[in-house]
Amino acid sequence: MTRFLVGRLLLLVVGLLVASIIVFATLRVLPGDVAQIVAGTQSTPAQVEQLRQQLGLDRPVVVQYLDWIGGVLRGDLGRSLVTNGAVGPEIAQKLAVTLPLAGMSLVAALVLGVPLGVLAAVLRRRAGGAVIGFVAQAVAAVPVVWAGMLLIALFAVTLHWLPTQGFPLDGWEEPGRAFSSLVLPALTIGAVEGAVILRFTRSATLTVLDADHVRTAAAIGLTRTRALLRHGLPSVALTVLAVLGVQIAGLLVGAVVVEQLFSLPGVGRMLVTDVGRRDVTKVQSELLVLTSLVLVVGFAVDVVHRALDPRQREVGE
Amino acid sequence: MIRRLLARPTGCFAVVVLTLLVVLAAVSLVWTPQDPFRADPFQQWAAPSPAHWFGTDAAGRDIASYLLAGTRTTVLVAVGSGIVASVVGIVLTAIGSLTTRWVREGTAVLLDILVAFPTLLTAMLLTAVFGGSLGVVVVSVGLSFGVTIARVARGEIRRIARSDYVVAARASGVGPLGVLTRHLVPNAAPLFTVQLSLAMATAVLAEAGLSYLGYGAGSDTASWGNLLADLQTYIGVHPWSATWPGAAIALVVAALSLLGDAVRDATDPRLTTGDRAATGSPTATGTPASDDPPPGEPTDDDPATGAPGADRRAPDGTTTTPGVTA
Repeated sequence: MTRFLVGRLLLLVVGLLVASIIVFATLRVLPGDVAQIVAGTQSTPAQVEQLRQQLGLDRPVVVQYLDWIGGVLRGDLGRSLVTNGAVGPEIAQKLAVTLPLAGMSLVAALVLGVPLGVLAAVLRRRAGGAVIGFVAQAVAAVPVVWAGMLLIALFAVTLHWLPTQGFPLDGWEEPGRAFSSLVLPALTIGAVEGAVILRFTRSATLTVLDADHVRTAAAIGLTRTRALLRHGLPSVALTVLAVLGVQIAGLLVGAVVVEQLFSLPGVGRMLVTDVGRRDVTKVQSELLVLTSLVLVVGFAVDVVHRALDPRQREVGE
Repeated sequence: MIRRLLARPTGCFAVVVLTLLVVLAAVSLVWTPQDPFRADPFQQWAAPSPAHWFGTDAAGRDIASYLLAGTRTTVLVAVGSGIVASVVGIVLTAIGSLTTRWVREGTAVLLDILVAFPTLLTAMLLTAVFGGSLGVVVVSVGLSFGVTIARVARGEIRRIARSDYVVAARASGVGPLGVLTRHLVPNAAPLFTVQLSLAMATAVLAEAGLSYLGYGAGSDTASWGNLLADLQTYIGVHPWSATWPGAAIALVVAALSLLGDAVRDATDPRLTTGDRAATGSPTATGTPASDDPPPGEPTDDDPATGAPGADRRAPDGTTTTPGVTA
């Protein structure tokens, strides 16, 4: 376990390093000068030159990179090129929307995907199983934007149960209102990701249904359901956990589109706006924060999976 | 193989939908019922009728004509992404298996890292640099899946190279080229096809997502994503109008991912007999022991069992890709 942990941690650190280098290097090949973009089209060459020195863009690229990454390690994510506002606090504020949204989406995806996946496997030779499988296949193919629109049309426009769009201006001051404005967005992501989890759960359960130990449990007198629940589901849970790393990455990224659709002030929407403005310093820090989240979640899921799965334990552990 | 593909309902569905898509794209080059971009201010939100099969949108454009013209964009994005993914995947696989040991090991670690980057974030990064365009969609999906293909191919190639039939072929005097053409390529091809069809499915979804965000096809290009984005603005008034582009995208995406499943089922010799659902995992009967972890374990490097691996392919062929939710 220790050896695995050290190796996996090393991969995480190298991954974060590679991510930061790729993001930084790609943004520095920007066609058109960053200083020129910030200064605008009305500026004189002298003004652009002055701005370039002011922003430190005349220094070697390696120095600029080290300056940025050094700041990030101290918790300073730089300043916006457009508004000159500090990026770190703004991202922190937006994460207060994005992280709860991702969490709620995950719950929705699991609640929808796991029980239905097990059911689809148990009913594999009946119409019910085929119907669930078909619906999951269809839902997994739906573009998130359309899924969100359908949910808005049904729950907000037709039934008036939930708010259509937006998020309370005072944030989480009124938890109830903030929560209810995240329900539809979370259901949107949860439905699409849940369909994928459903299919993984279904195939994992199918494998387990025919496993020797589950058959034996049924043979010594447990009902088929109890045999599955007690002896089959632990290994299904591990399979689901294993794919969760990528699914959570999907949730975070799905938030980019969904935040736009539901006008939620989250990191995804911030990224979309700043990409449009070509606010390079903000974009690089936002992308770093999002990829770091994805990589750290992947790391955590791998470690938990390794710790829980007895089959992966090394001899003598 | 084609016959075996068509023998399955899913394969048949996929082939029919995709053939129809290509035919419609070809037809749209010479004919659409009306000019897809002509706005008719007296015909806003017309109900479906013989003149406007699917009705009209807020500007009075004929939705059916616009959808038809949009098939070209969909085909272009899907095929383009497939080509980029193939080239990137093959080059990375070649580097990862034909070069010196250090380069190989370095490539392996790099692939492990790169495979975790979500497609949509790659697309946003490239958009920040080059501005939004269909080219950015194609390149970012192509790069992401190129990496995934190389990552999956590595395990598969190792597995095949160690298999009994390759050892037997070598022992009986077949050269490296013979092993490559007779054993490696035919055995790795299904896996490659599956990833390719998934790359294309992701490309269609990514086009919709990025066009919605305003970074996909330009407004002068007819695309399903653009139509979906336009109609979204009127969701409070005409909530159901987006059904047409939404369903069109879902249909093509479902067809592409089912095609992957069907191709694998039709070409995998281990699956030609018996009920796959009953045996569960396609490799449940014959997974060769993979690299280092204990035999029978789903491992990262065994693309066939694929549970926790980076390719994240479920035994039923589902693949999740980070960022597909575009």
